[in-house]
Amino acid sequence: MFHLILFLFFGAICVAGAINLLVQSHPINSALSLIAVMAALAAEYLLLGAEFVAAVQVIVYAGAIMVLFLITIMLLNAGAEERTKGSRVAILLGIPGVLIGGVLVAWTLLNRSNTQAVPIGALKGDPKDIARLLFHDFLLPFEVTSVLILIAIMGAVVLASPPRAVASGLRKDAE
Amino acid sequence: MTPNPYLYLWLVPLLPLAGAAINGFFGRRLPKRAITTVALVFCGAAFVMALWLAAGFSAASAPYSSDLAHWIRSGDFQVDFSFYLDQLSLVMLLVVTGVGFLIHIYSVGYMWDDDGYYRFMAYLNLFMFFMLTLVLAKNYLVMFIGWEGVGLASYLLIGFWFTKDSAAAAGKKAFIVNRIGDFGFLIALFLMIQHFGSLDFTHVFAAARSLPTEMAGAGLLTAIGLLLMVGAAGKSAQIPLYVWLPDAMEGPTPVSALIHAATMVTAGVYMVARSSVIFDHAPMAMMVVAIIGTLTALFAATIGIAQTDIKKVLAYSTVSQLGYMFMACGVGAFSAGIFHLMTHAFFKGLLFLAAGSVIHGVGGEQDMRKMGGLRVYMPWTFATMGIATLAIAGIPPLAGFWSKDEILWQAYNASWAYWLIGVITAFITSFYMFRLMYMTFSGEYRGAAASDVHGHDAHAHDDHSHGHGHGEPHESPWVMLGPLVVLALLSVVGGFVGYGNHFEHFLAPVFQVGDVVAREASPEAGKSALEYLLMAVSVGVAGLGWFLAYLLYRRRPQLPARIAASLGGLYQAVSNKYYIDELYAALFVKPLIDGSTTILWHGVDQGVIDAAVNDSADAARHVSDTARHMQSGNLRSYAGWVAAGAAVVIAYMVWMGVR
Amino acid sequence: MVPLSYYLLLSGILFVCGVLGFLIKRNIITIFMSIELMLNGVNLSFVAFAAHWHALSGQVFVFFVMVVAAAEAAVGLAIIIAVYRTRETLNVDQVNLLKL
Repeated sequence: MFHLILFLFFGAICVAGAINLLVQSHPINSALSLIAVMAALAAEYLLLGAEFVAAVQVIVYAGAIMVLFLITIMLLNAGAEERTKGSRVAILLGIPGVLIGGVLVAWTLLNRSNTQAVPIGALKGDPKDIARLLFHDFLLPFEVTSVLILIAIMGAVVLASPPRAVASGLRKDAE
Repeated sequence: MTPNPYLYLWLVPLLPLAGAAINGFFGRRLPKRAITTVALVFCGAAFVMALWLAAGFSAASAPYSSDLAHWIRSGDFQVDFSFYLDQLSLVMLLVVTGVGFLIHIYSVGYMWDDDGYYRFMAYLNLFMFFMLTLVLAKNYLVMFIGWEGVGLASYLLIGFWFTKDSAAAAGKKAFIVNRIGDFGFLIALFLMIQHFGSLDFTHVFAAARSLPTEMAGAGLLTAIGLLLMVGAAGKSAQIPLYVWLPDAMEGPTPVSALIHAATMVTAGVYMVARSSVIFDHAPMAMMVVAIIGTLTALFAATIGIAQTDIKKVLAYSTVSQLGYMFMACGVGAFSAGIFHLMTHAFFKGLLFLAAGSVIHGVGGEQDMRKMGGLRVYMPWTFATMGIATLAIAGIPPLAGFWSKDEILWQAYNASWAYWLIGVITAFITSFYMFRLMYMTFSGEYRGAAASDVHGHDAHAHDDHSHGHGHGEPHESPWVMLGPLVVLALLSVVGGFVGYGNHFEHFLAPVFQVGDVVAREASPEAGKSALEYLLMAVSVGVAGLGWFLAYLLYRRRPQLPARIAASLGGLYQAVSNKYYIDELYAALFVKPLIDGSTTILWHGVDQGVIDAAVNDSADAARHVSDTARHMQSGNLRSYAGWVAAGAAVVIAYMVWMGVR
Repeated sequence: MVPLSYYLLLSGILFVCGVLGFLIKRNIITIFMSIELMLNGVNLSFVAFAAHWHALSGQVFVFFVMVVAAAEAAVGLAIIIAVYRTRETLNVDQVNLLKL
């Protein structure tokens, strides 16, 4: 019972944040509501017993990624959105498509999935257990993703740096 | 030990082909002497070979056939490249190579100054090759190769001066009208293949002999015979397909002499004579042949009276004489027809060559009204042309008398109607030929003044200039006169082979085999009184024609114009060839062209075919125009498409899962 | 006791909201944030299934998703900055040079 109330409470925050993201016109408001969604999601993870994942969610997702978003928004001084000519296809085809897809998925899930209850803290996601999996069974993906991050960092640096700096850097190497 | 000439039979057609190839491919770069040598050597070699072959051939010799290569092997049906030499083809061979060679020599002089000299000699040799193939063929298909080939050569040579519209049109007309005849020929061949299973002469004739005579006038052999006659009518310019021959005078005069007098137009007669077995068994077809020949003879002769162009008179004369040959074949006197073919080659070839000499001499003028009195300027031409005129009129003892008389006698034995029309035609023939002679050679020269006569004027169809600017008419060089003399000699003595029925006996093995219809009623026992009487009649009318021509064109030259004026419309009709060309144009040509333009061109070609192509391209463009909206460059629309596609896929998967 | 399907339903709602945001919003950064929202929804379903089936690898996978999302966000924002430099706009409708 308690589980259900907690679930519904945090679930409501998630949904409200998501809808707020859609509704707000200024991106900074959207970013802040996304942070709220992520925090609520972290709580949901805790309800499911995934402690490590919840912690990582707050630290990495809400703490790093969203901060990055906020920095970019403020850097670029993005203002409120103006109305421009939208895409008819997006409205006419996309929204119904999404809704239909969503309804179908929901219907399937509700009909076919096991309605067995998941108790609170069902699977305790100990850091120790996760670490064991991570460094034994999933070692290769782990290493690969670390390379991926390295590449992403380099790419981001190159892409975001001012053009002259890059060019002059290249020229200096050539000399 | 002398080599067997028959082994080299295949060389006879191929020698001129080699000459044509050399002159055709390399002639542009060769000097004129080289071209001349090539052309004359190869043609002369063919003639020498023909003589060699003839030396050993007699009336009793068996036919010789030589198979060169396989051609068609299709189930039971087979056709090979084979040549055949019997008495008939030997006669044709000698005529073609002999007269052909003389005309080659003549052409050297006549066409020397023309830019296309090498082309002309190449085409002449090419023509010789095809004609020899036609004559030496052992089956109808190889004959058809020759048939088509001479048509091609005729087209090339008629339209030799192709920059002139009238010449090009005349070449086209000749080819197309010939084609109509060829259509009939082909249907006949198909019938032969279908019913006899072969096109080889031996097989076809054996099969034809085994069939009963179709006295009722209908049946397979009658059909084949009539269709073959259609082909012959096209090639040999009989009614109703003669219209191309007068137009063919646009070509150079040697062409008219060789192709349209001596050899190509006689191919039809040769083919009918060769197919004598078929015609023997189809009396109705033979009668049609005789009727067409007779009517054509008369019809063309009447047109010849009113023509003013010297070559046109000779052209209609050719049509008329060919009518005689068909008349002979139609009444069963095949050897008489071939006899006349031979003598006609001599004197008509001579007439054309002499006419060319005249035209050359007066600087390109062809209208007889502007000639006259040329006797003093061109004595040799006058003499030889005079001999030829006597021959064609049928004055004894020249060649034409023997052959024409033989035909008239055989015609009389078949029906007096043929004979009567033949005699009337002989009268008219004599008349217009002597008219030609008087208008051209006697009286005063009516041509343009001395200083004007040079180069060409608007009438000069024979686009032929001389190296020397000159004023008055002059005789031709010996390279042109030589052949004239030789042909004149032949016109004089050529008829004597017919004396005592020698010619007929010579050809007997070809025509005598298993015949049903009464023919060649000439008795072994010499000539009867009736025959002498008829002979006298025909000589008499020839003399009458001569006298009438003398009267109208020598003594009272102003009479013809008055007679023409008084006859009014009739004269106009005759002078305009009875408006047959206009009739054909209105009946056949114009509807065909209009139909082609409206229905085939606008309707089918533009409306259906072009539309199909263009419209399918348009459709493709429309489809891509519509599809390109997917690539708008707008990020959100892409997302929209993705979402819609995802929805479709999910729906499909759900549906598959639910089933 | 919360049935599994509730978690999945919530995940689905988040995902749908993410897609809708992608389709509706004009600001490129907001569109990116919608992508993050989608990823979060998916993460939730991973964890829910991991709990349901007692398979810890579900949570490990979430870990990987987050890593990749981070990398993607970094690079994506760098691109946005580069585009902003040349186009002077964050409106995705005006970045349409690929149009025919």
